[in-house]
Amino acid sequence: MAMAEGEKAVVVRDLERRFGSFVAVNRVSFEVEKGEIFGFLGPNGAGKSTTIRILCGILAPSGGTGTVAGFDIVREAEKIKAHIGYMSQKFSLYEDLTVEENINFYSGIYSIAEEKKKERKEWVIQMAGLGERRSTRTALLAGGWKQRLALGCAILHEPPIIFLDEPTSGVDPISRRRFWDLIYELSSKGVTIFVTTHYMDEAEYCDRIGLIYRGELIALGTPEALKTEWMREDVLECVCDRPQEAMELIETIPGIKEVALFGKGLHAVVEKAETFQEIIRQHLLDNGYRVIGIEKIVPSLEDVFVSLIEARDKAEQAQAEVRK
Amino acid sequence: MDAIRTEKLTKSFNGLNAVDGLTLSVAEGEIFGLVGPDGAGKSTTMRLLTAILEPTSGEAWVAGYSIVHQAEALKEDTGYMSQRFGLYPDLTVMENIQFYADIYGVPRKGREEIVNRLLGFSHLTPFKKRQAGNLSGGMKQKLGLACALIHTPKVLFLDEPTNGVDPVSRRDFWRILYQLLKEKVTIFVSTAYLDEAERCNRIGLMHNGQILALGSPEEVKQLMKGTILEIRSSHPRRATARLREHYDSDSVGLFGDRVHLVTREPGQDSERVQKILAGAGMQVLGIRPIDPSLEDVFISVVAEGKVGSVHGHG
Repeated sequence: MAMAEGEKAVVVRDLERRFGSFVAVNRVSFEVEKGEIFGFLGPNGAGKSTTIRILCGILAPSGGTGTVAGFDIVREAEKIKAHIGYMSQKFSLYEDLTVEENINFYSGIYSIAEEKKKERKEWVIQMAGLGERRSTRTALLAGGWKQRLALGCAILHEPPIIFLDEPTSGVDPISRRRFWDLIYELSSKGVTIFVTTHYMDEAEYCDRIGLIYRGELIALGTPEALKTEWMREDVLECVCDRPQEAMELIETIPGIKEVALFGKGLHAVVEKAETFQEIIRQHLLDNGYRVIGIEKIVPSLEDVFVSLIEARDKAEQAQAEVRK
Repeated sequence: MDAIRTEKLTKSFNGLNAVDGLTLSVAEGEIFGLVGPDGAGKSTTMRLLTAILEPTSGEAWVAGYSIVHQAEALKEDTGYMSQRFGLYPDLTVMENIQFYADIYGVPRKGREEIVNRLLGFSHLTPFKKRQAGNLSGGMKQKLGLACALIHTPKVLFLDEPTNGVDPVSRRDFWRILYQLLKEKVTIFVSTAYLDEAERCNRIGLMHNGQILALGSPEEVKQLMKGTILEIRSSHPRRATARLREHYDSDSVGLFGDRVHLVTREPGQDSERVQKILAGAGMQVLGIRPIDPSLEDVFISVVAEGKVGSVHGHG
């Protein structure tokens, strides 16, 4: 592995990328520790892919500095490419090739030393649980197998950092859990994982999370910290009958910021839980709903993200008003 | 009357049953979620119910029409948004909607009113002159929905409508679906997101062409075998490895900074876990039983292998 002990896996300072007048990545700064699982989240078009492409040495930044695996993102992009693994939701496997042929192909691409090839191939096959499917055409593998094979091919050259771009889209829950077991195992061996996902439950599995929106990093911390420190408002869970209709009623109460259905209840985002607990209860009772319970809860990550993103939108609008 | 009813619906491709003896019903004005991984048979089910594919055996009725004998009439009363719904990227939002209105033969008289309502309802009015190719993923989804609704269908089929869409746009999309329910439209939606399934009135968990469980999300959760203990400790990863030495490794899972243990003896195992972890020099910060997620239930039901034998009512 290329990195010295204690070195950060990823460091970026004031990273910027412009396309014409459009700022896709706007002065983003963060660090990822060696062996950390870092979740990089944000809506489509927020700047996630652009950032990943810069970190993988595919795209040059317009401004700012950074290192990946100890290599400079501007001057040593070629070295970065050789020291990272990259796996996207499209898996980039050759469907017409067998499992073994795909591994052989990637061994060639990554110039794995001849004497190591066999050992690495066996490692991938064992890791992915493909022992009985060596000669199966890749097209015939179920999603979970394909996903593990793609991961294996992406890390044949034992990179110290792996970038996973929505790796579990459309994979069944059991395979998804196995995949995360592998991720944890790699991370405990010191491999750094940089992962993007739209699954909020998956975001919870990360050590730390960065949320990017409109090119800016708007939150950074552990899932726990995001839920307890980053959200300014409170979240009330309201359990009552006819929740879909109740949602509309609650939305009309002045001061309610957001209402969404969540499992068996509604989550209402409010300024102060104590004040609104009674107001909501009264509204529901007055309109003939049966109220089972209204209590303040720790927000879900989804609540936090929606709230942070909407706060940012409102700040933007306010600024636009001032400029007028 | 049920909006959708299927009777041992089966579709085979080359001798393999993609949909295998599916029997279910969906009430009018209900939102039903068909939940399962890729390859479970969700899309094939959708194509059968929209009369795009013919079943190998079995029968189904949608909006009162047989999918086998009344395919044409059925299409007039159903809307379908497939995963790759056909939007024309170089046409504007308005032109796309007009195009679908022509295809479905929506009369010119009254059309403008319908179109304006759909635009407002999907929050697309400000973007009606924008080319569809220049819309964000979430907005494309909403335009696809507007197009699927142009002929005012009674039953709406949505095949993984929010796949790859971020949480903010997903919330917005679901809000629109609830609006539709108020107008007594029946919605049949497929999804691989188990958290999203919790937002449906009733769900069916699908795996290998069969329905494993059917009922409200709450009812389906009752099918969970055993209790989930959530364990918080000073060293979650080490704790996971250590617990796997003592328990079946599939029943121990690491979820971020928490470890989950599925057990039939929660009381006894709480104490045992305390001892195991304390004995290995780890601090236990808390152990408590938690409600299962639908994902937990899915895994538990698949592991039980009782495919087809667990059914709620409906």
